[in-house]
Amino acid sequence: MAGPRHPIESGAPDPMPLMHPVMKKNYGKWVFHSHPKPGVLYHRAESGDEIWTVKAGTQRQMDVYTIRELCDIADKYGEGHVRFTARSNIEYMVADQSKVEPLIKALTDAGYPVGGTANSVSMIAHTQGFLHCDIPGTDASGVVKALMDELYEEFVKCEMPNRVKLSTSCCEINCGGQADIAIIMQHTKPPKINHDLVANVCERPAVVARCPVAAIRPALVNGKPSLEVDEKKCICCGACYPPCPPMQINDPEHSKIAVWVGGKNSNARSRPTFHKLVAAGLPNNAPRWPEAAAVVKKILAVYKADARPWERMADWIDRIGWPRFFEKTGLPFTKYHIDDWRGHRATFNASNHIRF
Amino acid sequence: MAKKMHDTPMLDQLESGPWPSFVTGLKRLAKDNDMTVDLLGQLEASYRDTKGYWKGGTVGVFGYGGGVIPRFTELKDESGKPVYPEAAEFHTLRVQPPAGMHYDTKTLRWMADVWEKYGSGLIAFHGQSGDIMFQGIKTENVQPAFDELNEAGFDLGGAGPALRTSMSCVGAARCELSCFDEARALRTVINNNLDDMHRPALPYKFKFKFSGCGNDCVNSIQRSDMATIGTWRDNIQVNNDLVQAYYKNHGMTDLVNDVVSMCPTRAISVVKKADVKAGEHTSVADLGDGNAMCIDNKNCVRCMHCLNVIPGGLLPGKDKGVTILVGGKGVLKIGATMGTVVIPFMKLESDEDFEKLNDLARNMLDFFAENALEHERTGEMIDRIGLVNFLDGIGLEIDPNMIIHPRMNPYVRTDGWDEEVAKAEERKNAAAA
Ligand code: HEM
Ligand code: HEM
Ligand code: SF4
Ligand code: SF4
Ligand code: SF4
Ligand code: SF4
Repeated sequence: MAGPRHPIESGAPDPMPLMHPVMKKNYGKWVFHSHPKPGVLYHRAESGDEIWTVKAGTQRQMDVYTIRELCDIADKYGEGHVRFTARSNIEYMVADQSKVEPLIKALTDAGYPVGGTANSVSMIAHTQGFLHCDIPGTDASGVVKALMDELYEEFVKCEMPNRVKLSTSCCEINCGGQADIAIIMQHTKPPKINHDLVANVCERPAVVARCPVAAIRPALVNGKPSLEVDEKKCICCGACYPPCPPMQINDPEHSKIAVWVGGKNSNARSRPTFHKLVAAGLPNNAPRWPEAAAVVKKILAVYKADARPWERMADWIDRIGWPRFFEKTGLPFTKYHIDDWRGHRATFNASNHIRF
Repeated sequence: MAKKMHDTPMLDQLESGPWPSFVTGLKRLAKDNDMTVDLLGQLEASYRDTKGYWKGGTVGVFGYGGGVIPRFTELKDESGKPVYPEAAEFHTLRVQPPAGMHYDTKTLRWMADVWEKYGSGLIAFHGQSGDIMFQGIKTENVQPAFDELNEAGFDLGGAGPALRTSMSCVGAARCELSCFDEARALRTVINNNLDDMHRPALPYKFKFKFSGCGNDCVNSIQRSDMATIGTWRDNIQVNNDLVQAYYKNHGMTDLVNDVVSMCPTRAISVVKKADVKAGEHTSVADLGDGNAMCIDNKNCVRCMHCLNVIPGGLLPGKDKGVTILVGGKGVLKIGATMGTVVIPFMKLESDEDFEKLNDLARNMLDFFAENALEHERTGEMIDRIGLVNFLDGIGLEIDPNMIIHPRMNPYVRTDGWDEEVAKAEERKNAAAA
């Protein structure tokens, strides 16, 4: 009798057999690139070999028909080799320049926006949301679809001062990551505890240990072992929820959306920075989240008009200062913008440097 | 065979607009896939109630402790039966992509076929974790689907307290700024440590990421416990023709405003050609109008900005290598952290260099496994024990490149000063030798 099959622990596959032959041949030997038009990159190698890349946006969550359609386009108009970027854009590589325009047309006709290169607002790095996460306060794919509908022109035109990288996250864990603009779920009330379930479902010491502000204590409630939360201390972070689902943090009414700006992972010019809170309390308004979209669009419009070439969001704000950022965007400055977490003193203005 | 579609008035609103719609895609699947019909039903319920309806559980494949994300519905009627039974089990297989996420259409079509056969037909290219996410499969199909993928050379990724699937930038495959073979580095580090991926037994997750230069296109500094970022030690290379081509298009104002004044360390200057002080650490580009652009490479921090603005005109030096940074992570529990330098420079070219990187990675994993508290990331552990103790544990020497500035407070016991000075001398001598 055949026993169970043992896995082949092969790990991350070798990309070489799948790579476009011109990329394989010139691996590590590229010397020049340019940006002939939005959505197109041109690269030249030491050998003189050339390759054009056409980049298009996708919905990331792809049904097999979409995948096959993207493959049909690659076989008919491209050269059969594609890659995906970290933001789920698809890239078609062709060594023959005459294929570029027909490829763009085929993608556009099939509904895939061509763009996302250089100074565009690229596709939003995002998470799982209602589709697959077990702790989401909002959706991911839907928020992104709604926002990208609004930002479509910025994706296909590449007219921003520099790259704009966005992210969304459906809880404060922020799987979407740091970004020029990040749209993140923000809980505003302590968890409601379902005391009937705690004893059976949760490992209580682990839950107590998870809280960043030590707000959780073991307690007896109605004669059953459970947990209690010091609501004065609780910062509504939701960290206790994944290890203990009875700590209901999601709240259709009180879980809100917050917007953060100025995150940057690139080392170009300034050191990498974290994004900072600029707006909160926005309604979690499915299916199109218009209030959050309006704030994002407003920030982008001001940045586009005011930043100098090559300034990322963080570089721009660093030049004009935060007071001016709030002034120009019209976003209200509140006490919640003043940090009180670890290291907060380093965020205060210890100088008389004030722009009037 | 397809079940009748549920009404989805809220999701329907996500079908309009110019961006490709995942809802339209799901509906296309639902035409002959009951699981997707019910998935749409549950998703609509989540939209209606602003509430997630999945819970975790345990599902896996034989021989592995991770890589499958189990999802069971929590949406039940009064009698405890799932409201959307066909999607009552909707697990995900996390599968590691080829490094750099390169595909040919044959492979993609085959993946689509496999997932149509065993699962819902919904695949994400890719998750933020870097995996191909084959989403929506019932427990009974998990093993056969994995077997078919695995036989063809694809392996599960990481989940839980484990080594996680990695990412590298496009780098050497198509980017002139690449300073090392990112794909090889990724495959060396990940594929030699798969036991920690497939049998989760670390205190918490551990991520490696690889970017070919400081532009850090895979966000390694923030999104990985150990980031490997390309750099170089010698001078920025100049292609004079391409610098002049830039200058012809843009002129002196752009050169000054966009390049010279944006260099973070003021390492670039424009001088009269006659005044150029050629030195062994200066890169000089003749602008062709009696002026020259000079870069003081001793003061350049390899931020990449000027190379970005003048592509091909300025290129990384020839003495390439990598900087290693440790401790980047997301917000829980102490707040988000960036990786910080633990090795300012190491070569990454020869087989021995890659061997060294692999040893370093193993060393990091071992130290993490032994010293981190449960559910503590490497960055938090360093916060708790201090950078110096961490370096000691890993066996790395201190270096002033690891800090932005020295200590600001006097609250430290310094009675070991003379010994530390002696060690500093030793390091200096060793470096000179
Ligand atoms: C042809 C190769 C590429 C070149 C020359 C290139 C160039 C750059 C440059 C110049 C920046 C820094 C922008 C700035 O802050 O001034 C950057 C950032 C970035 N690139 Fe690329 N890139 C390339 C490929 C890619 C690919 C393939 C991806 C995605 C998979 C990518 C994703 C990113 C991301 C996410 C950032 C922003 C990091 C941050 O948040 O600051 N890049 N890239
Ligand atoms: C039960 C709890 C959790 C679940 C189910 C979960 C699930 C996930 C999933 C599905 C992704 C991939 C998202 C995507 O690609 O669309 C992800 C990524 C991520 N998660 Fe979680 N997560 C959990 C807890 C956490 C916690 C506690 C943290 C931080 C302390 C965290 C930090 C992250 C980060 C930073 C990423 C992005 C990964 C990367 O950039 O490589 N997650 N998580
Ligand atoms: S951000 Fe939170 S809710 Fe969203 S996928 Fe990540 S862990 Fe889940
Ligand atoms: S929500 Fe956060 S702060 Fe509040 S009790 Fe839970 S872990 Fe603690
Ligand atoms: S990180 Fe650097 S080497 Fe890698 S793709 Fe981005 S710009 Fe190129
Ligand atoms: S790469 Fe060096 S010289 Fe160029 S802008 Fe950055 S620090 Fe200045």
